Amino acid sequence: MSVVSALGHGGGTGTAAPPPSRRARGGAYLLLAPGLLYLGLFFVVPVFALLMTSLYVPVPGGDVGQFQPAFEWQNYVRSLETYWPQLVRSFSYAAIATILAFCIGYPMAYTIAVRARGRPFLQAMLLVLVIAPFFTSFILRTIAWKQILADEGFVVAALRAFSVLPPDGRLTATSVAVIAGLTYNFLPFMTLPIYANLERLDPRLIEAGADLYANGPTTFWRVTLPMSMPGVVSGTLLTFIPASGDFVNSVLLGNNSTTMIGQVIDSRFFKVSDYPTAASLSFVLMMAILVLVAAYIRRAGTEELL
Amino acid sequence: MSGTVGTSVTAGVTARPADGAGPDRPPARRRSWRLGDMIVPVFAGLAFIYLMVPIAYTVAFSFNVPGRTNLLWRGFTLENWQNPCGAPQVCQSLVNSLQVGLIATVVATTLGTLIALALVRYKFRGRTLANLLIFLPMSTPEVVLGAALLAQFLSLRVNPGFTTVVLAHTMFCISFVVVTVKARVASLDPKLEEAAADLYASSWQAFWRVTFPLLLPGIAAAALLAFSLSFDDFIITNFNSGNFTTFPKFVYVSATRGIPAQANVIGSAMFFLALLLVVTAQVVSVARRRRR
Repeated sequence: MSVVSALGHGGGTGTAAPPPSRRARGGAYLLLAPGLLYLGLFFVVPVFALLMTSLYVPVPGGDVGQFQPAFEWQNYVRSLETYWPQLVRSFSYAAIATILAFCIGYPMAYTIAVRARGRPFLQAMLLVLVIAPFFTSFILRTIAWKQILADEGFVVAALRAFSVLPPDGRLTATSVAVIAGLTYNFLPFMTLPIYANLERLDPRLIEAGADLYANGPTTFWRVTLPMSMPGVVSGTLLTFIPASGDFVNSVLLGNNSTTMIGQVIDSRFFKVSDYPTAASLSFVLMMAILVLVAAYIRRAGTEELL
Repeated sequence: MSGTVGTSVTAGVTARPADGAGPDRPPARRRSWRLGDMIVPVFAGLAFIYLMVPIAYTVAFSFNVPGRTNLLWRGFTLENWQNPCGAPQVCQSLVNSLQVGLIATVVATTLGTLIALALVRYKFRGRTLANLLIFLPMSTPEVVLGAALLAQFLSLRVNPGFTTVVLAHTMFCISFVVVTVKARVASLDPKLEEAAADLYASSWQAFWRVTFPLLLPGIAAAALLAFSLSFDDFIITNFNSGNFTTFPKFVYVSATRGIPAQANVIGSAMFFLALLLVVTAQVVSVARRRRR
């Protein structure tokens, strides 16, 4: 069930069925041990290594890329002073892309789950279309966007003809293109959890709204939307988190003034071997997202996330 | 990311309650809202077109006459499809991706399924910690996961390559497997296993003869998801692969000097293959439900 159930939980199977409690606890640990050990070795330890690396200092008189262990917290101050615009930009782009994906994804999910209810074949085919982008490589799709939004492409020509863009205006290498790419690439992650949630929505609730003299829009605002909040929360997280760390879209569709934080981390690591800066920025990104996610979940009132 | 597809489709179908609603007749009361009735589907239709346009481009350019770059249309040819391995490294990177994906899928699915069983079936101390450990990798952006693993490999002086890519992919797939399988385990009736025990099955037998077959659809969905996550991953791979090249990395790296049309052939072929599989599965399941 993938992403849908992933963060999708949305009120069903997630943590249902009280676990039979009287089993030996040893069994549980035996089942958990291999997987959690793996996550410990290849997630927890690496994050710790990242923290350590972020505090390294250059070897005095050493070559580029040579560092020694230290506790240089100044690294964080320096990284943030230099790269806060990219950090802020990443979160703003991700937020705009998430809102756009919500505005596009909700009607799609609603159409599939509610309007096509009772027509399983139509429903399945529409669902396939939502999922279809997953089948072609993410990078190939982004490059396709580059072609579509190119100066000689039909989109630019149309926008120029309708004077939305000035005659010499362009779309590639602008923030518009980067945000469009982010919205596109993560749209299915928004649509699927909302669909999974609306799918389970009892149609009688909507009828009840109508019985109580609510019109269509009122029923939607008062019944449907609040009921689908768990799906919306999952969808927004699944869109916002990867979008804020993405650099493929900003590299392929943007220019120097659309650089996102992921791009900085990547180039600090590989182009200039500045590991402490790259590591400190990664750590800041991770922490910032965790704080945002925690605050968001608290506000949205959904405690269970898995 | 590609795997999500099939799995969620099956999920959607299997999870749907058997409502014999038949063709949807709009309730009489909604008549007053006719205009609104049309707005949503029309808007959704536009959204579907938006989703399809880049895919159409990718497929179209797989038929382009080859040149130095594949950004401008030169004319229609079948040449690229007849010779998909014609460009250097395309097929090697595809084989690499398939190998990494298969190993990561098998390991992650095994480890993740065990965790899912423990989480649903047992009460134990440290459950919150276990849940957190599974949730965190999913809520960490890929660039951070990639950088963290690279920091670790660098400090251990491990040379990045095939092995480090497999280790990294397995890591980020585990959490998604756990969540997918967990939903399935939770929907199982524990009474079935009790019934097996009443019939003198050992707990081992009860698991393999009763529980496991019932879990299989969930496990298959999880494996499909893991494989597609691995197959389409670029960011984490880029950090941990050294000179080793996967298919997405090949496409990204060649983007600067021009992507060979063969990359579009492989992308399109994967698309049609997956589409065919999902549509077949849908048709079969719809037909089966009609018969019932």
